[in-house]
Amino acid sequence: MNIAAYFASLSLPNLLSRMPAAVGQGIVWGLMALGVYITFRLLDIADLSVDGTFATGGAVTVMLIMAGWPAWAALLAAILAGLLAGLCTGLLHTRLGIPAILAGILTQFALYSINLRIMGMKANQTASIKKYGMFWENGNGFLLSSRYVPQAIAVGLILAIAVIALFYWYFGTEQGSALRATGSNPAMSRAQGINIDTMKVLGLALSNGMVALAGGLMTQFQGTADVNMGRGSIVIGLAAIIIGEVLCDTVFRKGCNFAVRLAFVVGGGVIYYMVMTVILWLKLDPNDLKLFTAIIVALFLAVPYLQGQSRSSFKHAGKMAQQAEKEANPHA
Amino acid sequence: MLKISHVSKTFNKGTINEKQALIDLNLHLKPGDFVTVIGGNGAGKSTMLNAVAGVWPVDQGSITIDGADVTGLPEFKRAAYIGRVFQDPMMGTAPNMQIEENLALAYRRGQKRGLSWGVTKAEKSLYREKLATLGLGLEDRMTSKVGLLSGGQRQALTLLMAALQKPKLLLLDEHTAALDPATAAKVLELSDKIVQENELTAMMITHNMKDAIAHGNRIIMMNEGRIILDIEGEEKKRLTKADLLQKFAEVAGVQEETDSVLLS
Repeated sequence: MNIAAYFASLSLPNLLSRMPAAVGQGIVWGLMALGVYITFRLLDIADLSVDGTFATGGAVTVMLIMAGWPAWAALLAAILAGLLAGLCTGLLHTRLGIPAILAGILTQFALYSINLRIMGMKANQTASIKKYGMFWENGNGFLLSSRYVPQAIAVGLILAIAVIALFYWYFGTEQGSALRATGSNPAMSRAQGINIDTMKVLGLALSNGMVALAGGLMTQFQGTADVNMGRGSIVIGLAAIIIGEVLCDTVFRKGCNFAVRLAFVVGGGVIYYMVMTVILWLKLDPNDLKLFTAIIVALFLAVPYLQGQSRSSFKHAGKMAQQAEKEANPHA
Repeated sequence: MLKISHVSKTFNKGTINEKQALIDLNLHLKPGDFVTVIGGNGAGKSTMLNAVAGVWPVDQGSITIDGADVTGLPEFKRAAYIGRVFQDPMMGTAPNMQIEENLALAYRRGQKRGLSWGVTKAEKSLYREKLATLGLGLEDRMTSKVGLLSGGQRQALTLLMAALQKPKLLLLDEHTAALDPATAAKVLELSDKIVQENELTAMMITHNMKDAIAHGNRIIMMNEGRIILDIEGEEKKRLTKADLLQKFAEVAGVQEETDSVLLS
């Protein structure tokens, strides 16, 4: 294909028309990233259960809505299911001594079967929005849907603000501080009388509850739950966190309030989805999206390390030493 | 205040690396005792402190703090009785948290941590006051992350945290070993002050015999998992470094030259 024809085939209005849906979806993934933030940033654990719990949240939500539950109640049940999954990972890790990353993989693996069972042994289930309507129509219907994008964005933002406020409060309490201390210095936490096993289990449960909530919201947004919908969500969550934090540190060079930081993480999810939308608009193969995401996340995760290396590395030290030698003995 | 009775601990039992770290250890600390602990590498000094702190369960014997048998309690539960400062300045504080948050964590040692606010306003003024006594200017940096502080500053902060909620027992595990001589002297002086002001019962491990003689009212020397020397009161005040080396040679039956290498 010739390049001029390729550019001619791209239409800006088309891109702009896709953006609102990307923002709506991005907010939901941003909420999911807040869940990942608890384990990845606060507890210093890479928890891979979330790939399973995201789909669990979706599966529970779609089945309960189809059973006639109001959407909000279905979401609460999804949170509960996520809490249980996180509890499971936490107990595998603390009570049975399985490394956290493996415990997460085991839970995620097991959840695949459980999610299929929840959805009546089907790989996906769809709750017809025509049948259930929106909650502002009958008080019981969907909270958000891709058919009503502006409303979905509004609902997403309200939820994001509520969750950030809840996080800000909880992680400022005695218990929340103990949880943060556990991630920051486990030895010190024990010496200060904190039961770090309990804190890890609690953090994993809360994180997965949050991720399941996001899975439930995504299911409502799309009207469908799929057993594979959570695949790679840990990577998307990390992408949102990293994008958000890099931006946050650029804007506030002297550091900022915890709530602002969390807001940036949600923003990171939105930016991630906007970038993905642009990539799709550029007519790149959607099957390559995961590769792009992995590369972007790897790059951003590497940045702090590489920055440190550029400031102090053996290679650099060796060069400096040779240079100094040359200056001292120019004729040697 | 502290009673260690017939405590034994063997590491890597049944393997080629088997090590009898504590052998039928007995020690009784009276309230207000400030004991310095000396001995060569592998003598069992840190092992004794870790046994008291509950880092792992002992094989035999019992440990009682202020009348309460703590032998069966895990580390985090014993924390209600014990304040600790570690050898590594990085170990005693949470680097990603603010100075006042660290103090607030220590202030709640041994208490239930609920859903009330982590650092209250009233506490902050208490912390400011306490930090000012360190003379390091930390009272003006209460919201700085602890990770930004130097090793000496962190060790001083850890010391303050260990005594903030008055412990039954203060354990100092070579807490000046990683500091430069001037800072070490300052932190030692501060330790003395905190022990005296709060009338604490304390144990301090040190490799510096001069410090071991100069501080506290009692000195014990350990060798191969046992206490081989226990001197207190007037007799301790009159001790010299040479005395200690000689006593060590007598009890342990080793050449004096190797002792000075081991102990100095």
